[in-house]
Amino acid sequence: MRRSDITEVLSEPWLSEPWLSGPNRLLDEQGKPAASSAIISREEAQALVQRVVAMSKADGIDVQVGGGYTTNVRFADNQMSTAGAVTDFSVAVQSWFGKKHAVVQTNEISDAALRSAIDKSERLAKLVPDDPEAMPMLGQQQHRSVDAFFPSVAGMTADDRARIALTALEPARGAADLRAAGFLINGANATALGNNKGLFAYHRSTNTNFTLTVRTTDGTGSGWAGAEHNDASKVDFADVSRRAIEKARLSRNPVAVEPGRYTVIFEPQAVGDICQLIGFYADARATDEGRSPFVKQGGGTKIGEKIMDERLSIYADPFDPQILAQPFDGDGLPLGRQVFIENGVLKTLYYSRFWAQKKGVQPTGGPTSFLMNGGTASIDEMIRSTERGILVTRLWYLREVDPRTILYTGLTRDGTFLIENGKVSKAVKNFRFNDSPLFMLNNLEMAGRPVRLAGTEAGGAVVVPPLKVRDFNFTSLSDAV
Amino acid sequence: MSSRREFLRQGGAVAGAIALSGPLRAAGASVPEVAQRTGAMDAAIRDLLMESLNAATMAGAGWADARIGRYLQNFVFTREQQIINVVDTDSIGIGVRALVNGTWGFAASRDLTKNGVAAAAREAVAIAKANAVAKDRSVQLAPAPSVGEVSWKSAFEVDPWTIPVEEKADLLLKANAEGMKAANVKYVFSGLFLRKMERNYANTDGSVIAQTIVQSAVQQQFTAVSPDFSDFQNRGNTLPPVARGWEWVLQQDIVNKSRQWGEEASEKLKARPVEVGRYNLVLHPSHLWLTIHESIAHPTELDRAMGYEANYAGTSFVAPPDQYLGKFRYGPEFMNIQGDRSQPGALGTVGYDDEGVAPDEFLIIRNGLVNDYQTTREQAMWLDWWYKQQSRPMRSHGCSYADSWSSVQFQRMPNVSLLPGDNDRTWDDMIAATDSGIAIIGDGSFSIDQQRYNAQFGGQLFYEIKGGKVVGMLKDVAYQMRTPDFWNSMDMIGGRRGYEVWGSFFDGKGQPGQVNAVSHGSVPARFRNVNVINTGRKA
Repeated sequence: MRRSDITEVLSEPWLSEPWLSGPNRLLDEQGKPAASSAIISREEAQALVQRVVAMSKADGIDVQVGGGYTTNVRFADNQMSTAGAVTDFSVAVQSWFGKKHAVVQTNEISDAALRSAIDKSERLAKLVPDDPEAMPMLGQQQHRSVDAFFPSVAGMTADDRARIALTALEPARGAADLRAAGFLINGANATALGNNKGLFAYHRSTNTNFTLTVRTTDGTGSGWAGAEHNDASKVDFADVSRRAIEKARLSRNPVAVEPGRYTVIFEPQAVGDICQLIGFYADARATDEGRSPFVKQGGGTKIGEKIMDERLSIYADPFDPQILAQPFDGDGLPLGRQVFIENGVLKTLYYSRFWAQKKGVQPTGGPTSFLMNGGTASIDEMIRSTERGILVTRLWYLREVDPRTILYTGLTRDGTFLIENGKVSKAVKNFRFNDSPLFMLNNLEMAGRPVRLAGTEAGGAVVVPPLKVRDFNFTSLSDAV
Repeated sequence: MSSRREFLRQGGAVAGAIALSGPLRAAGASVPEVAQRTGAMDAAIRDLLMESLNAATMAGAGWADARIGRYLQNFVFTREQQIINVVDTDSIGIGVRALVNGTWGFAASRDLTKNGVAAAAREAVAIAKANAVAKDRSVQLAPAPSVGEVSWKSAFEVDPWTIPVEEKADLLLKANAEGMKAANVKYVFSGLFLRKMERNYANTDGSVIAQTIVQSAVQQQFTAVSPDFSDFQNRGNTLPPVARGWEWVLQQDIVNKSRQWGEEASEKLKARPVEVGRYNLVLHPSHLWLTIHESIAHPTELDRAMGYEANYAGTSFVAPPDQYLGKFRYGPEFMNIQGDRSQPGALGTVGYDDEGVAPDEFLIIRNGLVNDYQTTREQAMWLDWWYKQQSRPMRSHGCSYADSWSSVQFQRMPNVSLLPGDNDRTWDDMIAATDSGIAIIGDGSFSIDQQRYNAQFGGQLFYEIKGGKVVGMLKDVAYQMRTPDFWNSMDMIGGRRGYEVWGSFFDGKGQPGQVNAVSHGSVPARFRNVNVINTGRKA
């Protein structure tokens, strides 16, 4: 639920069109792989951090290192298109002189290059004005580790990746009516941070992500499916193909249904796409400053108030077996299970170290995961209990319309269906919506079992359930398939 | 081994200039010689490129290209009267692309030794060979004759890496202070985003290209909060990002203008909520660029039209090409949309693209009809039939781009612009000619479907027009549109005097996602009877 100052700045809406993590990536190369043949070990990372610390002449120094090896295969129109492998590794240093600081990042780790990066960060830090919000450096912390590194991903070869592409390409080519476009990306990465006060944290992880869009050759149907895990043995690649193909065929020849307020069943991917956005607004400081949806009437925050249906809780937990996320934040604060919304009540907002000190509370740490609890209903049960409604596979191009309410606009995509009398009756044209996840989660009817998503528009490790809600606001139709 | 060290030594000098350049430097001050090193390619880099191409060929590549790039970025973030952070990044490495029996492979590495670049080349070939098992059709490239050994530099005068950080911070903090003078403005964010790319390219056709590109952006946001905490309003997107240097940043006079921008945020608190309905819209270039970007530039990317982006960015309603080229009326007769990579200072402008092509200027929409698509060498082949029919040469328009040495190049947007009408009309003339409607300045919220039909756009400032005059400010305005209906409702455009170039630093596309900086030139234009919604709600 938190972003560092830099990513917060970078994800402001005026930065336009970072569909992915574009801007974040400019500063944070961790998402990008790297290392050579091997992923840096804890011991190697510690030695590297110490090497950098020893070179520092500043009052203090923060060091962050990371990199790995990322591979991918891409295909479209039933063809292989591009495929690649990238190795990279970067070192970022932040030098401190009193309350002055500056960050320099390089992807060269020779002594000379590190020396040059440190010198530069020291020169820059001396030149900038004091930062009145500078916090004392963290000392040693107790970090529990998360075992998120699996040979099933790290050991995958180019041949293995081509064969995974074939799980989608073969059935699509074999059918006269289908065109497949998909993407497999594997990462094996390690990241570590430390400073001259004894802080050190290390995390290594693998991840495999497979997404597939199958379109029908008549141009009227499109189906999407995806899966992701740190361990490739937990991903059923062929099942992704089966689901996307089934959705593509079911979604053919969509009919126009009047826009308006509908009971909507959101598959987990669609829930994640819109509900994850809540986290980007849950900043205590912005709220205290009067510019967030969590401002209480007349000032102050809504902490302690019921803000959504009491069956729902939203939390972060890097140790959840479906998540296996980095167990520390960018400052090096250890992360545990942190509940933000419990049974519909806002329990806390994100408190940075600076704002927590100013307000006399504990910093929450910047979460590396987003989880929502659920219920026990299956999607089939949700459909059977619906007299008239819409079933949504996923959402697309979500953009802020009004930050005061987290009002977003966006569209349905790749499988939108009408439900009549407890059954899926027909495929319908895609809708544009204008609605807020806060409104939506107040209109809950049923919740299902949470699952790990194959990435949302905003990215990150997300586990959410399917939801049935009433009165969701579709404002226009789209002819897009 | 020595080649990498040599490269870093030289590169390090460029980067080091930031702190060595001493006290405050005025615009137009002399630039250290090292920053102007834009001549022939460094011999050490050239050797590494040749080494990698040789290794790719020896391993079995029928065609290959290699890029060694150094990507420098400098960010200065401030809020109110304090620095949030200063960040400097430096990334360097090689990306090698190999075509083996009609299948692509790509590998990238930060290891810039002879062995390292050869290993990357061999991995690219190995990946291409592994993918043969899944091949259906063979990739073919449109010819692009060798351009020889050339170099090119973008339109900057003062390299931002020669400007000390305190000068950058000082400018932003002064601007913030001016913005805070406006009533109810409680928060101001200002950031500088600066990029410098040293891009070196070679391919097995024999082209060897060195290019230096500088890009600059000032991002600001002014936030006004009502005294009773019942509302807050933002004013942002005040300046376009550009491919120019520090001289441009100074020319923008952001300190003085920040007062006005702050007052605009403040005025939005008092603006009247718009009534839902159909309105005539007069759209300023600072707004219309984004509508052009989303509803014209993206759907005329040929890879999208052919389904190559179906799994992420989406496809296009302008497909299949044979049903649209020369036939589909996108807009009125006076509508001409140009693709180019040649406008000085525009973000898409380069000397050569990332597969050795010197780009040309081409009309995507000609007299209102679809006339062409954005292409790379692989894609130009797909339109061979159309170019023959038109008696035009079959060639790539030079739209290949990779956002880093570590990213594989693919089709990205060039500058895509609405050309001026044959008249003298300005923004003010168009408002005066409008009996009733809404004038919109600046880009705001934006969203469009995966085939680029249905879009919704907000803005920064909305003004009600009555009887040819602006009569007051509106808020909570967004318009919804269907692309062909919208462009065909355009009934008036401005002339050359009203032409402005705007754009974005962060256009996303591809898997893995890549970011492209794009510019769009536009004149003001008027649209009839567009559906306007009110986006205000209560939490």
